[in-house]
Amino acid sequence: MSKSYGVLLVSHVESVASGLKQLLDQVASDVTIRTAGGTEDGDVGTSFDLISETLESFEEDNVLCFYDLGSAKMNLDMATEMTEKNVEILNTAFIEGAYTTASLLQADVPLDNIKEQISKLVIKE
Amino acid sequence: MAQTEKWIKSFEHFSRKITDEKSFLNELDSAIGDGDHGSNLTRGVAAVNEKLEQQSYDNLSDLFKDIGMVLVSKVGGASGPLYGSAFISMAKQSKESDDISSLLSSGLDGITKRGKAETGEKTMVDVWAPAVDALKDGTLDQSVIDSALESTKDMKATKGRASYLGDRSIGHIDPGAQSSAYFFESLLEAGVTDE
Repeated sequence: MSKSYGVLLVSHVESVASGLKQLLDQVASDVTIRTAGGTEDGDVGTSFDLISETLESFEEDNVLCFYDLGSAKMNLDMATEMTEKNVEILNTAFIEGAYTTASLLQADVPLDNIKEQISKLVIKE
Repeated sequence: MAQTEKWIKSFEHFSRKITDEKSFLNELDSAIGDGDHGSNLTRGVAAVNEKLEQQSYDNLSDLFKDIGMVLVSKVGGASGPLYGSAFISMAKQSKESDDISSLLSSGLDGITKRGKAETGEKTMVDVWAPAVDALKDGTLDQSVIDSALESTKDMKATKGRASYLGDRSIGHIDPGAQSSAYFFESLLEAGVTDE
């Protein structure tokens, strides 16, 4: 743990989440990036349990979350309500928002500035 | 019959309908979504039944909480957190009152809070909202459920997976509205709505 914020990527498909992590790791090697992709059986979907477990697995107290589609957000919302961690869900385009955020976290840019910069990438409510 | 027993019976009816109509629900979902509504809910209700067989309940709150948490964990699609939130909201409300309309009204609140949907957006809310209204004035029957369900056909989806289809979603019954219709039918059949 070398940054104050971890990044959680939630996708309906495991390889989409892990593929995005691969992309982010390239520009943010010191940022903890974890994924919760697909259901626990490896099917397409999202899993509340998997998201919750992954959230808890962060050493960081603060976790920034990015997601792809509808049920990912709903499961993230529920997991957020049930954790002690300080979780923020960002409603940006999945890849662009996570990529920009990870790059800026790596460069130690403060969260407020990061949020300002990714505000134009917000495409979900 | 105690309220908890009626609710358990109602859930048995719901489980059977979902399981029997799994392919039909998948088919409805294939037309405007990702085609797994029946499979997802069938997995969820099976897990709930397993839980209910192991436990006995003397209050609605514990029953609803267990149903809600299992649905959230096991369903996998958006209907898991939506139905789950309904039951979790009802679990909280049942500590205040076991009145059917106040319980289901808070169930509806749970769904709208989670899914941020309003009526007219072609979602399960389009069955829940009129059904809860009818419960409040004691007029819920099969015809209320049927017409609420049918009304989703001509709606354009603006929430959920179907919204990506825009106008192409018009002309199809919403799968979440269909499973919600089964839910309210089950309440009627099990006598939960009787005074």
